[in-house]
Amino acid sequence: MSTEAAAAPDRVAPRGIAILPLLKESFLTAIVALVLAIPLVGFRIVESNGTTGLATRFWWVGFAAGAVFLGRFALGIWRGAMPPRAVGGASWLDPVARFGRRHARIVALIGLVAALAWPALPFATRGIVDLAISVLIYVMLGWGLNVVVGLAGLLDLGYVAFYAVGAYSFAILASDFGLTFWEALPVSGLLAALAGVLLGFPVLRLRGDYLAIVTLGFGEIIHILLLNWGSLTRGPNGIGDIPRPGLFGLVFERRAPPGFTTFHDFLGVPFSPSQRVVFLYYVVLALALMVNLFTLRLRRLPIGRAWEALREDEIACRALGINPTNVKLSAFGIGAMLGGFAGAFFATRQGFISPESFTFTESATILAIVVLGGMGSQMGVVLAAILLVLLPELGRQFAEFRMLIFGAAMVLIMVWRPQGLLAHRAPSLRLGAPPR
Amino acid sequence: MSNMLLDVSHLSMRFGGLSAIADLSFTAYDREITALIGPNGAGKTTVFNCLTGFYKPSGGKLTLHRSGKTFALETMEDHRIARVAGVARTFQNIRLFAGMTLLENLIVAQHGELMRASMFSIAGLFGFSPYRRAEKAAVAKARDWLDKLGLIERADTVAGGLSYGDRRRLEIARAMCTDPALLCLDEPAAGLNPHESAALNDLLRAIRDEQKIGLLLIEHDMKVVMGISDRVVVLDHGHKIADGRPDEVRADPAVVRAYLGEPETGAP
Repeated sequence: MSTEAAAAPDRVAPRGIAILPLLKESFLTAIVALVLAIPLVGFRIVESNGTTGLATRFWWVGFAAGAVFLGRFALGIWRGAMPPRAVGGASWLDPVARFGRRHARIVALIGLVAALAWPALPFATRGIVDLAISVLIYVMLGWGLNVVVGLAGLLDLGYVAFYAVGAYSFAILASDFGLTFWEALPVSGLLAALAGVLLGFPVLRLRGDYLAIVTLGFGEIIHILLLNWGSLTRGPNGIGDIPRPGLFGLVFERRAPPGFTTFHDFLGVPFSPSQRVVFLYYVVLALALMVNLFTLRLRRLPIGRAWEALREDEIACRALGINPTNVKLSAFGIGAMLGGFAGAFFATRQGFISPESFTFTESATILAIVVLGGMGSQMGVVLAAILLVLLPELGRQFAEFRMLIFGAAMVLIMVWRPQGLLAHRAPSLRLGAPPR
Repeated sequence: MSNMLLDVSHLSMRFGGLSAIADLSFTAYDREITALIGPNGAGKTTVFNCLTGFYKPSGGKLTLHRSGKTFALETMEDHRIARVAGVARTFQNIRLFAGMTLLENLIVAQHGELMRASMFSIAGLFGFSPYRRAEKAAVAKARDWLDKLGLIERADTVAGGLSYGDRRRLEIARAMCTDPALLCLDEPAAGLNPHESAALNDLLRAIRDEQKIGLLLIEHDMKVVMGISDRVVVLDHGHKIADGRPDEVRADPAVVRAYLGEPETGAP
């Protein structure tokens, strides 16, 4: 089938449907399903009167095999009826991407105005602003990971480690050492960057799959460390009562602690808990914009071009006098720093952090945002973050299917748009004016 | 007579039991094109890989002379050989940054200089004027090379979209953007048609005469070798079998034997 498609890639007419081979293939698929279903579905451990026994339900196995048979058959019919298309070919998203590219400034401006006005919009309840904060945290994380994965091409499956280092650094600095939000934020970022460089050293020689596995391990190590280093991280209990950020010494509480003024007293307005949420929203928006400007600027500097060159060809980089060690470490360090900022903000927003928040699922989500959005695309990350945060929120009752939806979305993206939703690489500098 | 640029002395390279290069000595001079030829498997690319630090030689010395200083290449890391000693190279299987534009390819080659000007990105982040000047100079140099190659129109398109011959020439230009003292070319004429091959000859001669640097090239295309080389070194099974001017080498019986095989005994 594949050779046929390769021989005539431009053919648009529907392929003919060969029923007999299709039936045969459906039958074989059903057999595989049958074999798999017997142990998985066919047997069930039942408990009765304190003893466990084995019950069978072979009817279900039959149903499963039948469903697979029909499904495979329907898929074959559908495929045959649809015109074949090249992988990564044109899609309805292309015009969107092209529009975004051509009018990048306008799109960015509209997005910025919308983001600034968001809490003031009529439908923006406290919950909706809170949701927007979550989206912005993931946008920040996505932009940070984009430096490592999208630009430098180093597949990092343990990005949550730096998020955790930032969050815990912030929590410990703020609650044990009494630093304010604005003092502790840069320190947490630097500590996360340090963690990034420390991880970078042992993996300097690794690429691709090997690197992915080591970073995956690093993420798990940090998670286990958080659980077990009780004297510092308070183990599974987590750290609570993390101070909230203030605005030039004004605090967002109903009653000010001694020596402080509250925000609502200062302005002479009645207290409302949503004031703090709106303030947090603007803090994370400012942080996200800073991260965006920072990464966009870095991309246009020699260091950013070296990251991309490293992704393209490491050997050529070395032949041109670029030290790959420095390039990789800087990518890991800066990516980790941005993750650390996001972590610090996460800690102050939640007021409570525990190792539960920093599992592999988070790493997978962030990576999904980057891949789904289109490697290296800032706009794509925003779009993917909105999708991946909103979808589970909209279907809260399906929460347990979240990972399933991720998996399905990733597979679909790989099939239809391997380069990501809005993948497009703009040159970091141009000789002429951008083409219209 | 030109100055000595590269001195290879008693170079040997062994991979386990296999001896790829054995006791190889030759010299390359400034403002000359030195060709390294030999049948397949003679060890030519291995010499290049030793020279540019991709392999650590098993023995011998590689000395580069550049503006009064000498560099022991066998002790240096690959990226320092390129940046500090000034040995640039191209690859047999072209290694461009295919997803980046032509201009970016040439700018990445000037990384060291730009990085210094950007003070490790700090000055660059704020757009201080020394950095902006350095970037302008880098773009001017890149533009110059694109002009020379006749590719200025395509400066902002990705390198992966170029034709084979243009990719070869862009890779040479990229190597030249590192300001080398010695340019090593691994089979630059491979896969080129006669027209492209002639254009390549002109480019290499121009580099020798205008940039005033030394070139070392591996090549199978004898028209290129005999047409532009000032000196030819012939390798066979890791040993040097001839070394001299192109016409001398062409007449050398050992070279003929290596290329065409041993004449049968008794044959005239």
